[in-house]
Amino acid sequence: MLRFVLTRVSLVVPTFIGVTLLAFVLIRLVPGDPIETMAGERGIDPERHARLLREYGLDQPVLVQYGIYIGRVLRGDLGKSIVTSAPVIEEFATLFPATIELALCAVIFALLLGLPAGVVAAVRRNSIFDHGVMTVSLAGYSMPIFWWGLLLILLFSVKLGLTPVSGRIDLLYYIEPVTGFLLVDSLLSDQEGAFFSALSHLVLPAIVLGTVPLAVIARMTRSAMLEVLGEDYIRTARAKGLSPLRVVGLHALRNALIPVVTVIGLQVGVLFTGAILTETIFSWPGVGKWLVESINRRDYPVLQGGILLIGTVVMAVNLVVDVLYGVINPRIRHTR
Amino acid sequence: MTRTLLTTISAVAFALAAATAGAKTLVYCSEGSPENFYPAINTTGTSFDANSQVYSRIVDFERGGTQVVPGLAERWDISEDGTVYTFYLRKGVKWHDTQKHFKPTRDLNADDIIFSIERQWKESNPYYKVTSSNHSYFNDMNMPKLLKSVEKVDDYTVRITLNQPEAPFLSDLAMEYAAIISKEYADAMLKAGTPERVDQEPVGTGPFYLVQYQKDAVIRYKAWPKFWGGKAKIDDLVFAITPDASVRWAKLQKGECHVMPYPNPADLDAIRKDPNVQLLEQPGLNVGYIAYNTTKKPFDDKRVRQALNMAINKKAIVDAVFLGSGVPAKNPIPPTIWSYDDSIEDYPYDPERAKKLLAEAGYPNGFETDLWAMPVQRPYNPNARRIAELAQADLAKIGVTAKIVSYEWGEYRKRAQNGEHLMAQLGWTGDNGDPDNFLHTLLGCDSAKSNGSNIAKWCFKPFDDLVVEAKRVSDQAKRAELYKKAQRIFHEEAPWFVIAHSVQYKPVRKEVIDFKLSPFGRHTFYGVDLK
Repeated sequence: MLRFVLTRVSLVVPTFIGVTLLAFVLIRLVPGDPIETMAGERGIDPERHARLLREYGLDQPVLVQYGIYIGRVLRGDLGKSIVTSAPVIEEFATLFPATIELALCAVIFALLLGLPAGVVAAVRRNSIFDHGVMTVSLAGYSMPIFWWGLLLILLFSVKLGLTPVSGRIDLLYYIEPVTGFLLVDSLLSDQEGAFFSALSHLVLPAIVLGTVPLAVIARMTRSAMLEVLGEDYIRTARAKGLSPLRVVGLHALRNALIPVVTVIGLQVGVLFTGAILTETIFSWPGVGKWLVESINRRDYPVLQGGILLIGTVVMAVNLVVDVLYGVINPRIRHTR
Repeated sequence: MTRTLLTTISAVAFALAAATAGAKTLVYCSEGSPENFYPAINTTGTSFDANSQVYSRIVDFERGGTQVVPGLAERWDISEDGTVYTFYLRKGVKWHDTQKHFKPTRDLNADDIIFSIERQWKESNPYYKVTSSNHSYFNDMNMPKLLKSVEKVDDYTVRITLNQPEAPFLSDLAMEYAAIISKEYADAMLKAGTPERVDQEPVGTGPFYLVQYQKDAVIRYKAWPKFWGGKAKIDDLVFAITPDASVRWAKLQKGECHVMPYPNPADLDAIRKDPNVQLLEQPGLNVGYIAYNTTKKPFDDKRVRQALNMAINKKAIVDAVFLGSGVPAKNPIPPTIWSYDDSIEDYPYDPERAKKLLAEAGYPNGFETDLWAMPVQRPYNPNARRIAELAQADLAKIGVTAKIVSYEWGEYRKRAQNGEHLMAQLGWTGDNGDPDNFLHTLLGCDSAKSNGSNIAKWCFKPFDDLVVEAKRVSDQAKRAELYKKAQRIFHEEAPWFVIAHSVQYKPVRKEVIDFKLSPFGRHTFYGVDLK
């Protein structure tokens, strides 16, 4: 098992170099630079422009800049945002918990609905329920997030008044960030109603962000279950007289879970992409919007640092998924 | 910013205060996060909005206007030759004593004024590079060349000497970048080894003090009871950062905020119909235009420029592209600026006369030109590509073939400033509400040079003489006269096809009392009350 984990970890290193180098070079290939972008209509005189580029170290050849950057990264220094002058790591630390909180809730939502729906659809193959789940999940998968989010806001917040429009918590509450996870912080703060306020603010964004993963999980679970349900050992289990619940829930589902876990792992990347739009619609202070803004403003340090940090998280999750295979299915860890 | 960011009073105290019945809390759904809390290096309106609540300036713009009124200086003298400004400061102006790491021991005095200017001006100042040395507006307003000396006459008198007379100087000092910061605070933080704190946990003399800032989420302020102008009418001010315009509108409808900026044009009808909301509107301090390169053939002939001004259907463009968020422009300055000459009659849309004029100028069969379209969206130009296409179709009718060209934004501006185009779209948003900021900056000979912002490269002596003279005269009535003459010449010489001024719309809930639109598009809440 240890060897299996080590092999997986060693693959992370080249990926890491690839990701940082790509982020570094690509943003510099985009015309324009941060100083000029900040100058806007009025422009900036060439002399001041050159001096500021020098101050930020942007006058060096790209590879030299990359070398210096990696050196700093290895010492734990991700640099400062050119726009706000705040350290990248601090901005990330402020915003990241919000994204994680949202993404976790979205995944939980997707799993809670997606897994059972997929299983039942497979067991009741070709029933109305099955067709219903497949149609709805196809619609969910193709849903433009932006439109979906606005639709839910208009219906649930504006028309029905059931949920707040946007933000993370009612402005009445003044929560001191401790963990950065508002569900936790609001409980710690001991203010009456704060937790429920935070929870009610999470409902719509979690649904919106969880919609695509939900659809994918439901469809994946269904097809994996169908395959497994046709296997000999399932017939054997049934022939042994095991209860249908045991056959499906234990024997079939466990084996069907392998591709599903893979998909959930892959959805982490999708979640971050979806987070960009979801965060914008729901004024959710997370890293998605932060990164997009950094591209528009050519804020190199933020973009590089953000991609590096998020890349690390995605790689870590994929690593965990890989290791999980081994746990779920002993054949995988033994053959490799 | 730091993780918790500015938390100056305890959480409990704030929650209690917010919950206290009768405390008036105004919520503003702002469109984004400020860059930081040092306005001298800020470049966005979003940042200025966040900062202008906290700081005061030597002089201010009147609420809802562009006239300069006393700020930290209660009065001032200007020398005969217009180069020496003496400011007499208010006494007893209190700094916010609400930050954790610093308690002021003295009132505002001349040292603070001098420090705030020198921080942006002199590299020897220990704070010159703190946070950033990119003091954009200080440089844009030409201060390094303009300032000769800033001296303390006594604790409450400051004398600023200029190298040459500059009538808009007072307006320049009312801009956000000229916010006054505390020298005592700066010194203390330098000693403590944390100079950046000055720009993260601001100590100002403004009507509100900062309580908490959480990036992309919320900014909280409280009214400063010892504000020199008297305490604000509201008690708490909250910026709920809401980047999407439709969501801002949803929040306003639900009463989750009181004021919102930048509504979607598509929502305007619904906003007008909502009984709980009033829609304030005003032409913004900006102009969008197509500049003819007057140094290149055929645009060196004013008849050609006039002909094209008559060939393009302005009303059609404004209707199709601005969707109600713009008014057709006839002058290079917007109607909200003093000296605007409303008696000027715009060129009519008249392709026949245009053709005749072109023939007179020697182009009976038209000619070929390029037509640059900006790659970015701006309030004064929501869709440059579409405008280019409409103009292209109009020009074709008089035989002029226009090829639409575009570049990446930075590149676009650079090339246009170098005069590589024949016809190029651009625009401007005013900084200080002074006509000089449009007429001299965009059309004077100084800026017609390579790299200058006069992209028509139009250097016309009779015009330039007027706008240069207007810089040297302090009397506003006299200046207005000069600018009116300049606008006439502009009209006659037609270096631009002026397109439109964008209209700023501000949906405000009806319980808000006395919110005034700022021509600069700022959002300030001193003087605003709630029912």
